[in-house]
Amino acid sequence: MIAATLAFYLFSALAIVGALNVIFQRNPVHSVLWLIFTFFNAAGLFVLLGAEFVAMILVIVYVGAVAVLFLFVVMMLDINITMVREGFLKYLPVGLLVGGILLAELITVFAGWVMSDSADVLRAAPAPDPSAISNTEALGLILYTDYIYVFQAAGIILLVAMIGSIVLTHRTRAGVRKQVIGDQNARRPSDTLEVVKVESGKGLQ
Amino acid sequence: MAELWINYIWPVVWIVIQILMFLVPILLGVAYLTYAERKIISAMQMRLGPNVVGWFGLLQPFADALKLLTKETVLPTGASPVVFFLAPMITFSLAMLAWAVIPVNPGWVISDLNVGVLYLFAISSLGVYGVVMAGWASNSRYAFLGAMRSAAQMVSYEVSIGFIMITVLMTAGTLNLSALVEAQSEPLFGVLPGWYFIPHLPMFIVFFVSVLAETNRHPFDLPEAESELVAGFMTEYSSMSFALFFLGEYANMIMMSGMVSILFLGGWLPPYDVAPLNLIPGVVWFAAKIAFCLFVFIWVRATFPRYRYDQLMRLGWKVFLPLSLIWLALTAGFLVYFDKVPA
Repeated sequence: MIAATLAFYLFSALAIVGALNVIFQRNPVHSVLWLIFTFFNAAGLFVLLGAEFVAMILVIVYVGAVAVLFLFVVMMLDINITMVREGFLKYLPVGLLVGGILLAELITVFAGWVMSDSADVLRAAPAPDPSAISNTEALGLILYTDYIYVFQAAGIILLVAMIGSIVLTHRTRAGVRKQVIGDQNARRPSDTLEVVKVESGKGLQ
Repeated sequence: MAELWINYIWPVVWIVIQILMFLVPILLGVAYLTYAERKIISAMQMRLGPNVVGWFGLLQPFADALKLLTKETVLPTGASPVVFFLAPMITFSLAMLAWAVIPVNPGWVISDLNVGVLYLFAISSLGVYGVVMAGWASNSRYAFLGAMRSAAQMVSYEVSIGFIMITVLMTAGTLNLSALVEAQSEPLFGVLPGWYFIPHLPMFIVFFVSVLAETNRHPFDLPEAESELVAGFMTEYSSMSFALFFLGEYANMIMMSGMVSILFLGGWLPPYDVAPLNLIPGVVWFAAKIAFCLFVFIWVRATFPRYRYDQLMRLGWKVFLPLSLIWLALTAGFLVYFDKVPA
C-alpha cells in the first residue's frame, strides 16, 4: 500500500511540475515536450486507479498521435518569442476570466459529486467488481449498449470535422505531375514498343 | 527487518533479476544482429563480409562498439543540448521497454498485463519521438528533413498496424499477450497449425510491410536516406549518442519481430503438438521465429530499392488502410455469422 501511495505522490507531483513547465518554458518545442511528460504522468495515475485501458488509450491517442502532430506543427512554425510576450498585459484580464470560470466550474462539479443530494445515488450505482470484469470489457459493455447513440454521434462529429478540414484545405494546382500507378501497371510493351526486323545493309524506311 | 526484506526489498531485487534476464540476451542479440546483417547481405552480394576480427569475424560487433566508445562526442552549434542527448536515450529505452510484456514461454514474462497488446502498440507508436527530437535538436537541415519525413511516415503506418492488431485480437478475444498465444494453439481444420498467419495471410503481409515502415527499415528508410539526406536525423550524432540510436534501431527490429511472432506466428508454440516438435523448449521456438522475421528484414534490405516519398504515402493511406479496414469488417462479419466470437 505504501508503494502505491508513494507512486501516486510521485506521479501527481511530476504531473504538476510538467504542467507548470508547459506554461513557463520559453521555447514552444520544450513546452510540447513537457506536455508529453505530463500526459505520461496522467497515464501513470490512471494505472494506479486500476484503469489500464484508459491509461493505454491516453498514451496511444494523446502521446502517440495528437502530441506528435503538435510537435510537428510547433517545430515548423517560426515563432518569435518576444512577439508572443508583447501582448501579455493586454490579454491578462481575458485569460484570468477564462481561467476563473473554468476553476469555478471544476469546483462546482467536484463539490456536486461530494455534497449534492442526488450524488449518493450516483456513487452507490453498481460499479462492477474490478476483479470480476476487466476494464476493457466493462467500457465496451457500457459504450456499445447504454451510450451507443451518443458514441456514434461523437464518431459522426469527428468524421464531419475531418472531411471539413480536408475540403477547406484542399486545393488543386495546375501543372502538378502525379503518378497514376494503375496507368503504369496497365502499360504493355505493345503500347509503346515496336520490334522491327532490320536486314543488314539496309536502314529503316 | 525480515518483513521489510520479504515485502519490499526481495520483490525489487527479483524484478531487477528478471529484467537482466531479458536485457542481456537482447543486447547480445542486437550485437550479433548487426553482424548477421553484414554477413547475410555480403553473402547475397557475393562478398565475404567481416572476417578479420575473431573467428569468422565473430568479434566484429565488439570491435565496432569499442571504436564508437572512444570517439569524441560532438554537440553542434545552436543545438538544444538536453533534447539532443535525450533523443537517442528515448529511442533506446523505448525499444527495451516493450519487452516488459512480451511472453517468451508460458509464464516467462516480466509483467503479464491484461492490456498487453495496447501497451505494445503504445510503445511502438512512441518511437517517433526519438527521431523527431533528434531532428529538431540537431539544428541541421538534413536532420530536420529526416525528422519530418519520419513523423509523417510513422503516423501513417501506425493506423494500419492498429487496425490489423484489432483484427487479430478480435479473433483471439483477448488483449493479454500470453492468452493471445494460447488462443493460437487450436489447430485449424484439425490439420494446419492454428497460427494466425494462415487465416489472416493478407494481413500478415500488410502487417510485416507496415512494421518495416514503422522501424524505418529499407525500403522505407526515408528518414535516413543517405543518398538524399546524408544520414537524416542522425547526421549530427557521433560516439555514444550515435551508438544508442544504432542499438535502438536494431533492438526495435527485434522487438517488432517478437510482436509479429506473437500476433501471427504463434509465439512459443510449436507448429504441431507432437513428439519431436513439442520437446523443443518454447523459448527456442520463439527465438527461431524472431530470427526468421529478422532474416526477412535483412533479405528485404538486400532486395528492394527505396520508395519515393509520395509512393510511401500512397501505399500507407490508399492501399494498406482500406485493405486492413475491409479485412477488419470481413473478420467481424465472419465471427458473428458463424457464431465463432470468442467468449
